[in-house]
Amino acid sequence: MSTETHPLNPQSPNWLWYAGVALSGAVWLLLYRQLIPFSEWATALFPVERHSHTGEAIAFFLYDVPKVLLLLTLIVFVTGVLRSWFSPEKTRAILSGKREILGYPLAAALGVLTPFCSCSSVPLFIGFVSAGIPLGVTFSFLIAGPMVGPVGLGLLFGLVGWKITAIYLVFGFSIATLAGWVMGRMGLERYLQDWVRALNAGTISTLPEDRVTMVDRIKIGLDQVREILGKVWIWVVIGIAIGAFIHGYVPEAVMLRIMGGEAWWSVPAAVVVGVPMYTNAAGVIPIVEALLGKGAALGTTLAFMMSVIALSLPEMIILKQVLTLRLIAIFLAVVASGILATGYLFNALI
Amino acid sequence: MKTVKIFGSGCKRCLATEAMVKDAASRLGIEATVEKVTDPREIAMAGVMSTPGISVDGALVHAGGLPDTAKLEGWLSA
Repeated sequence: MSTETHPLNPQSPNWLWYAGVALSGAVWLLLYRQLIPFSEWATALFPVERHSHTGEAIAFFLYDVPKVLLLLTLIVFVTGVLRSWFSPEKTRAILSGKREILGYPLAAALGVLTPFCSCSSVPLFIGFVSAGIPLGVTFSFLIAGPMVGPVGLGLLFGLVGWKITAIYLVFGFSIATLAGWVMGRMGLERYLQDWVRALNAGTISTLPEDRVTMVDRIKIGLDQVREILGKVWIWVVIGIAIGAFIHGYVPEAVMLRIMGGEAWWSVPAAVVVGVPMYTNAAGVIPIVEALLGKGAALGTTLAFMMSVIALSLPEMIILKQVLTLRLIAIFLAVVASGILATGYLFNALI
Repeated sequence: MKTVKIFGSGCKRCLATEAMVKDAASRLGIEATVEKVTDPREIAMAGVMSTPGISVDGALVHAGGLPDTAKLEGWLSA
């Protein structure tokens, strides 16, 4: 009987993972460079004049769908890997010891980096508040998460350019920080649901920390790609179809009248339209691309995008479990004011 | 006899976790009652901030995302 064992080289499977990631990156780049030739070739298959309204709309659609899906895959993967260094538990530990004034910007930054889905925003909210993190700081965290999420920023960069992405980042981050601070000043603890106020910090238990390898992080990234792309692709296609319609058919003169900077009501109207729109960053940014391309005012478009992404009715309904209606109304009003101010500011400046 | 609690609002991943726990228990031949906790208040009290969370005999072992199968078997047979 042989007792000899063949010790597996623990390095070799890791190398396969890294090589796989590098190869996928190369394939990604190759595909990304073929976007324009592909969309032109595919558009030519349709029996329509390339520069007609329909031809323009088809070309926009066939260019944007693969482009957005490719960008999404990359962004979600990279974000998934980066976020594997963060967790709600760690974020809570960081925030609970901080002075309040530092807490707001820090919470907004961590809101961007901490992985959490809206389905666990209730336990997360309670976890923060019961650990003694001020309510305003918790709101900064909850606003920043969707508002300046990496998916939105990455797509905005890929579809619209770095200048508008930078503006969006700075203002989205400022709104999250300031809205939290304003709500912190208002002393809103009394408007939490009764049972939330009754909770105290004594109940926090902590998990033993796992050792996570780099390969585990890659797997987390891939898992995120599967999960998120599976969920949002339909919104992406719908968003691009709307964008393509705007790009092909809506005359610039009409766009300027509705979403130009002249009409005072265009910014609040953009917010009112944006809030009930149930989509996500990936679905709305192709629309934003088409709006800006047709000459919509930057402030109005920013206000529209921010209200779609940051203020969603389903999220409000989930939060109803922990917040009274009054508090939800205050939350909406404060964030909406920040968005309106941003919209008016940019319409005035540009 | 082990008592496993699964904390989650009823999202897709929470249901998948429940199935994974039941699978692992029957594979290991461990008798376990699997209980789903959906009340946000109870979830919070257990210290779970990202769902799905798992506790075995009252001790929290996992929070956030699907559990790793090998780790899950470890918790159940411990």
